[in-house]
Amino acid sequence: MGQITLKQVSKNFDELTVIPPLNLQIEDGEFVVFVGPSGCGKSTLLRLIAGLEDVTEGAIFIDGQDATTLPPAKRGLAMVFQSYALYPHMTVRKNIAFPLRMAGLEKAEQDKRIESAAKALNLTDYLDRKPSQLSGGQRQRVAIGRAIVREPKAFLFDEPLSNLDAALRVGMRLEISELHKRLATTMIYVTHDQVEAMTMADKIVVINAGVIEQVGSPLELYRAPKNLFVAGFIGSPKMNFIEGERASEHGAHTIGIRPEHIDVSENEGRWKGTVGLSEHLGSDTFFHIQDSSLQRQVTVRVSGEVGFAQGDTIYMTPRPNMIHKFDSKGDRIQ
Amino acid sequence: MARAVTSSVKITNTIIAGLFGSLLFFPILWILILSFKTEEDAIRAPLEILFSSGWTLESFSTVQARSDYLKHFSNSVIISLGSTFLGLLVAVPAAWSMAFVPAKRTKNVLMWMLSTKMLPPVGVLVPIYLIFRDLGLLDSRLGLTVVLMLINLPIIIWMLYTYFREIPNEILEAARMDGASLRSEVLYVLTPMAVPGMASTVLLNIILAWNEAFWTLNLTAAQAAPLTAFIASYSSPEGLFYAKLSAASVMAIAPILIMGWFSQKQLVRGLTFGAVK
Repeated sequence: MGQITLKQVSKNFDELTVIPPLNLQIEDGEFVVFVGPSGCGKSTLLRLIAGLEDVTEGAIFIDGQDATTLPPAKRGLAMVFQSYALYPHMTVRKNIAFPLRMAGLEKAEQDKRIESAAKALNLTDYLDRKPSQLSGGQRQRVAIGRAIVREPKAFLFDEPLSNLDAALRVGMRLEISELHKRLATTMIYVTHDQVEAMTMADKIVVINAGVIEQVGSPLELYRAPKNLFVAGFIGSPKMNFIEGERASEHGAHTIGIRPEHIDVSENEGRWKGTVGLSEHLGSDTFFHIQDSSLQRQVTVRVSGEVGFAQGDTIYMTPRPNMIHKFDSKGDRIQ
Repeated sequence: MARAVTSSVKITNTIIAGLFGSLLFFPILWILILSFKTEEDAIRAPLEILFSSGWTLESFSTVQARSDYLKHFSNSVIISLGSTFLGLLVAVPAAWSMAFVPAKRTKNVLMWMLSTKMLPPVGVLVPIYLIFRDLGLLDSRLGLTVVLMLINLPIIIWMLYTYFREIPNEILEAARMDGASLRSEVLYVLTPMAVPGMASTVLLNIILAWNEAFWTLNLTAAQAAPLTAFIASYSSPEGLFYAKLSAASVMAIAPILIMGWFSQKQLVRGLTFGAVK
């Protein structure tokens, strides 16, 4: 079991309110990702759940039991830190054994669990090494191993892949997703990387300035962002926002259209512009287009290689059913 | 980018550094030489001392016969180890709480503690002397141990504080998440990681306490006098006995010098106060 409920939880640091009162329900076995820009309070929220920070007001329930004032050790949760936080003076084996030792498990049972975790994480050959003799990816696997041997109610990941290089990150992302499938344990994962959020989550919680902007599945957030912040944060390249007359035509204060939902042509279309910088990714090309009547730059994503050069005239047509409409407060118009 | 250094600059620098080093080492070397001379030879001209006089262990045996070296030695050991141990008892919890659960005024407290080291000790000599007299602590090892502990306490706390601060908080939080109680956290995670820092703190404090002269001279007479007071007793109203004074000095500094030699690595780390990781 690993059901976590936050009721009117808030956090102040001295005078500063980091998290105004919020509610959140995390179901057993879910992979939940907290995503938001740096400093939005997503890590603080995770630390409140872990018990590493005290809540200022409100209550946290784990499996229906009030855990608000329980120390971290008593909550039955395991955490993987950004810096791995391995014990530098212990071997890999002892690192993984530490939570079991603290729980007072028998030696035979400890060894059994360590062996099976090491096997699952490809660490068998490294059990007698110290953390300093391991690469970043291996260290992160040790940290995960230390978390899984406890068989916790839920795993908490605090930006676990930020210190890894790009190639390793993709590999570890898959490994963590597979781990979740295999264990079917609740996982809460904090990241500022929306690609991680989109690819891993069952449920994404978008946080901005301590406030939950939207909760939903990755595709829900992509298809129907509740407000301008979510619309701009989810999706890459960013959604284009257009205000003024062109927005009024659609009965909105602002309209948003994703770069991949604009068709381009050399000779006809709704909007006319001039090609500025272009980024060629091979599979896709991103064009940054200046449109004097829109007063701002529009990004367009085109599949494959398309022959537009800087300074060329280009016509753009947004797909009508893909236009997102927002009111003057920035909320979605249904 | 590495800076290019010509070989002539390197040689000049080496010579300057060598000269400076020898200058610093010279007094110790001279004391060592004088300690192996007779009293008459020791007051001759330097070149004569070096080349036209014999070598003898006479001064050492006179010093040992005239005063009880072993007693002073054991006083030094007891006082320096005792004050360091007492200091750790106070400093470990103090530094731990300031490093890991700092309050608003922690920085001020640290600065205030350090400021006591800026006070000339002689400024508090009279009150401390009077307190010691009334408590019957004059010329006692206990009294001296307590005074040296108090004097070095700011340094011990500062050093430990710096070392504790170097330990990433996330590792301690990981221990908490792993189910460790405060006791297990301190015992199995914090202490093993702080051992190098604690070792250099202990070493430096033993040396400071061993070499402390102001308080030992003022608060002891015969019973509790450590080696610093023992050296000073060879500068008497009847005159200076260079050879014996040197022999006494050699005997006093030898133990700490040998200990320092074997623990150089730890000491350098201690003296740089965690500035170099």
